[in-house]
Amino acid sequence: MKTFNADERGYYGDFGGAYIPEMLWPNVEELRQNYLDITGEASFQEEFNQLLKDYVGRPSPLYFAERLSKKHNTKIYLKREDLNHTGAHKVNNTIGQILLAKRLGKDRIIAETGAGQHGVATATVCALMGIPCIVYMGEIDIARQAPNVARMKMLGAEVRPALSGSRTLKDATNEAIRDWINNPVDTHYIIGSAIGPHPYPDMVTRFQSVISEEIKWQLKKKEGRESPDYVVACIGGGSNAAGTYYHFLDNEDVGIIAVEAAGKGIHSGESAATSALGKEGIIHGCKTLLMQTTDGQITEPYSISAGLDYPGVGPLHAHLYRSGRGEFYSATDDEAMVAGLELSQLEGIIPAIETSHALAIFEHKTFKPEDVVVISLSGRGDKDLQTYIDYFKL
Amino acid sequence: MNRITQKLQEDKKLLSIYFTAGYPALEDTVPVIKSLQAAGVDMIEIGMPFSDPLADGPTIQESGTQALKNGMTVHKLFEQLEGIRQEVDIPLIAMGYLNPVMQYGVETFCQKCQEIGIDGLILPDLPVDVYEKEYKALFEHYGLLNIFLITPQTPEERIRYIDSLSEGFIYMVSSASTTGARQGFGEEQEAYFTRIAEMDLKNPQIVGFGISNAETFQQATQHTKGAIIGSAFIKHLTEEGTNTIKKFVGQIR
Repeated sequence: MKTFNADERGYYGDFGGAYIPEMLWPNVEELRQNYLDITGEASFQEEFNQLLKDYVGRPSPLYFAERLSKKHNTKIYLKREDLNHTGAHKVNNTIGQILLAKRLGKDRIIAETGAGQHGVATATVCALMGIPCIVYMGEIDIARQAPNVARMKMLGAEVRPALSGSRTLKDATNEAIRDWINNPVDTHYIIGSAIGPHPYPDMVTRFQSVISEEIKWQLKKKEGRESPDYVVACIGGGSNAAGTYYHFLDNEDVGIIAVEAAGKGIHSGESAATSALGKEGIIHGCKTLLMQTTDGQITEPYSISAGLDYPGVGPLHAHLYRSGRGEFYSATDDEAMVAGLELSQLEGIIPAIETSHALAIFEHKTFKPEDVVVISLSGRGDKDLQTYIDYFKL
Repeated sequence: MNRITQKLQEDKKLLSIYFTAGYPALEDTVPVIKSLQAAGVDMIEIGMPFSDPLADGPTIQESGTQALKNGMTVHKLFEQLEGIRQEVDIPLIAMGYLNPVMQYGVETFCQKCQEIGIDGLILPDLPVDVYEKEYKALFEHYGLLNIFLITPQTPEERIRYIDSLSEGFIYMVSSASTTGARQGFGEEQEAYFTRIAEMDLKNPQIVGFGISNAETFQQATQHTKGAIIGSAFIKHLTEEGTNTIKKFVGQIR
């Protein structure tokens, strides 16, 4: 059967793999050899599911957005990842990885973060398990995401500034990888998105796949069928999207829609629309589409949303794009902000600006009135209040 | 015969120096190579700067960032190196990350290396299995030796596999670290050097990472064929410029 999942070497079509220096090989190989066995164990599943239920608050509701549906003349369901503990889908993955790290006997955790959401989710599970946590964060991001830096510190994590390169997410990721090279034995690196060398994209996708697993049975109850006509998600690296699509990937009756951040416009020079602007290459140990110069230097993306400005995209998504399985759109800063305000005022839900990009799909695509469209509401907007205030002069 | 292979047959411990192309100034590439040859080094690794060098510590990172600011690109490097073989006869190895090579076009890159007289490549993020499947035939066609890395954590079976695919030498990373992270060797390295020596590999080994002076050069080469100095040389270039290269090399041996 045709499948859009990773093969045993971590390839999604042309993309994926593990393009890592030999210094990282033992760490990555240890994970590769163990992640399926460990996560498949009954005791792992039991602990994972228990924590998702009692600690994260899952299942997250699948909410029929009646007023939004009326406005766009289609049936819209929102998958409420924003109601998770720590306010976004990120925690699904960090819970899974911390349990894996414990079973591998690791006693030190490192992570990278851009906006700070993944950093907070990692610091949270490290506090929960009593494991020391170091979060690498670009110096520039530290300055512009002060509340999340404070949250991580309050949770007991050490936030280390990434001072190299452009001092943002991609450089924080480089620093975390360097840390892992220098600490190969005792440390587990919790990557926050469906990126990095195999097995990370597949592993993160599997932990996030709880999103689409729940959508299936929730939709069955509400609509009498497991499969929607479309699933829609925003994409930076692509972890919430990967989880939202996972159980529908090989069911081609379900349309897969990805919304990237166009920033100030795809061709404005200030954009993060990787599928449109990226070329095949290697970033952070993975072959995928990435934004780069003709000389192969990785460029700095831009988006109003700090969670979407990654210069690459997970290899699953690169494959969905190239194979035509996914429909890719991009929303500008302005379109996203307007869509975020619209959801707030029609449904009483203030979304994260990342999520607002997914909500801007209605600017780009018209659905049939009878279509069932599930949108991943990946995070809540509390962290973005200042950006909304500045933008709308509230 | 490939210049690297030839050099490895000489009855001496080899000193290889890494530097970043286009550093400290864009046009320093060729003068640095000539000065290194004049100072008596055996082999040179020409670093191709990359925006995201994840195996490198701050010293080499910063030199790369500066080189890119200076305007260094793969195209520019090849331009600078044209005609280098009229004046330089020691082995030259191009070292860098895979992405810029992919964007240049792997085959065109190899072809250009052959034209210029590059003898080998070190691409740390090119995985061994991908090399074997996709690149080996190509590299061989253009007479380029691909140099692989091993570390103290590399399992024996994998070292044997790497040895079987290598021609030239094996780049032995002295400790689990990024470049420039450590100075000096302890018992752990000593044990590692001995262990590898006892494996009796087909390829000679050259040690890199952690070598900065005569003492560490001697320690590193006691059981191996040679040693590579990178960060310490970049540091020297940063602090003293390109005029005292002979002095730097003279301090090593």
